[in-house]
Amino acid sequence: MSSVLVFLEIKNREISRISWEAMAAGHQLAASLGVPVDLAVVANRDNPLLQTIHGKVPRTVYAIDDPLLHDYTADGYTTACAQLIEHAKPTYVVFPHTYQVRDFAPRLATRFQQTLISDVTGIEAGPAFTRQLLQGKLNASYHHSGSEVCFLSIQAGAFRADAAEAGSTAVEPFLPKLDATQIRTKPGEPFRASAQTVDLTSAPILVSVGRGIKEEANLPLVQELATALSAELAASRPICDAGWLPMERQVGSSGQTVAPKLYLAIGISGAIQHLVGMKGSQCVVAINKDENAPIFEVADYGIVGDLFEVVPALTTAVRKVKS
Amino acid sequence: MKIIVAIKQVPERDARIRIDSGNKWIDLEDVEFSMNESDAYALEEALQLKEAHGGEVIVVSAGPERAGKTIREALAKGADRAIHLQSSDETELAAYDALGVARLLAASIQDEKADLVLTGLQSDDLGLGQTGVILAELLGLPHASLILKIEVAGNGLKVLRELEDGWFQHIELATPAVLTIQSGNTKLRYATLMGIKKAKTKEVRVIAVADLVASDPSLKPTAPSVVLDQVKLPHKQRSTQLLGGSPAEAAAALVEKLQFEVRVI
Repeated sequence: MSSVLVFLEIKNREISRISWEAMAAGHQLAASLGVPVDLAVVANRDNPLLQTIHGKVPRTVYAIDDPLLHDYTADGYTTACAQLIEHAKPTYVVFPHTYQVRDFAPRLATRFQQTLISDVTGIEAGPAFTRQLLQGKLNASYHHSGSEVCFLSIQAGAFRADAAEAGSTAVEPFLPKLDATQIRTKPGEPFRASAQTVDLTSAPILVSVGRGIKEEANLPLVQELATALSAELAASRPICDAGWLPMERQVGSSGQTVAPKLYLAIGISGAIQHLVGMKGSQCVVAINKDENAPIFEVADYGIVGDLFEVVPALTTAVRKVKS
Repeated sequence: MKIIVAIKQVPERDARIRIDSGNKWIDLEDVEFSMNESDAYALEEALQLKEAHGGEVIVVSAGPERAGKTIREALAKGADRAIHLQSSDETELAAYDALGVARLLAASIQDEKADLVLTGLQSDDLGLGQTGVILAELLGLPHASLILKIEVAGNGLKVLRELEDGWFQHIELATPAVLTIQSGNTKLRYATLMGIKKAKTKEVRVIAVADLVASDPSLKPTAPSVVLDQVKLPHKQRSTQLLGGSPAEAAAALVEKLQFEVRVI
């Protein structure tokens, strides 16, 4: 019998938020196909986190458990997930689009002679899967051909997690056959590069700067605006990569996820990796010279223009009303 | 160490986006191309490894004739030779999904028996972010993705992997291996005049996609499992109110919104 199998990910001792969103996407897909949803988590069957599974009720929760899976490795996860897929025989396998999934899901799909449809932002009738191209400047619609299993990963924030429903779910342990020699990488303990001294997530206003600022010497321009607004300064990845601002000020998938009252994006084009870190902001203002920049897709207010003219004018205007 | 770097030529970041008549891609007329950003970092890592430990750097690129320019750029920066998996036109490779293209790449490099295969993390155009990881599976090699730093340690490698939310980890793995490289951890070099001159004499082996497929029918794109049906300009997720006028007028209008509607001033 066909089904949709959704993999949930445990991070920081909880099932991650993006996992619930992937689960909602899986339920939407399953409802359109009229098939049941099963879930899978790498965890011991007695792990209390399995009791936190909420939203629409799945048919079965598979707890994939083996000592060799305690630390994530692409080889371990690929082999274990492949065995579960062979056992459960789903028609669709749905993942949250996390760094971990990006690391092993393409390998897993290849083992089934399939290609993962990565970073899906929408599911339409068909089913047709939407994903973004050209750094978010274009949407593309894909379909899966053939009767084999289809693999999807779901972008953060693209689906809303379902509200809880009453019901009980059977947890079924799944014990894969793993051998230590199959695992060819030795992972180290995760660490943070430096102690965090700025907490972007608690700032009500963020002034965030991107590639458009061109040079480090131009940063005081945005710093002055941030000071005038009593805002914290944030940045997109290229600015932190260049060392112009410390990494702890980076917003996006590899940096912080923020949702301030006001997010002012200056010279930021708005690649997916940045948008996932800030699109939950209550109000987004974008200043960019390119009217087609994807940042305008999530902006409430926009100024199309040269930031080197607009930002000083804005600083002056803010100071005027504040004085 | 023998290192293969897979590079892709992609439209420039600020390329004008107009959908072509087939509704499957953008109109490439007047579009400028450049080396995919994370691939440029992969090449840089390879060149630094070669400088520190000796060996050979070979670039491989799949694409039409125009990709030759990006291949020359890689040779000018210091790669030793190249393999150009050449498509006959702009559409031939579009018949392959990510697995199909990775199979072609694997077939064109497997005889090299490299110690290390590097790719960028993902392409700036299709953004699938899978080619390196698929290659690892096809070549039967271990891999690590989102890599910022590579150190040679004993018989293998110790690499720095980026995790989410500002976390990192080290991973040790034996060679041969595949790594996908994240952008930004090092400074990219420019080609020197001498390098550009030397590049003209370096070997570029051109393999036509059609010839490769003729030699191994299993590479045929008979049934890609994932098919692109159409492209569209994105819908706006929020309705943006554009504030026009001179910079001073737009700024004044914005401050008024921030004061009375957003209420943050």
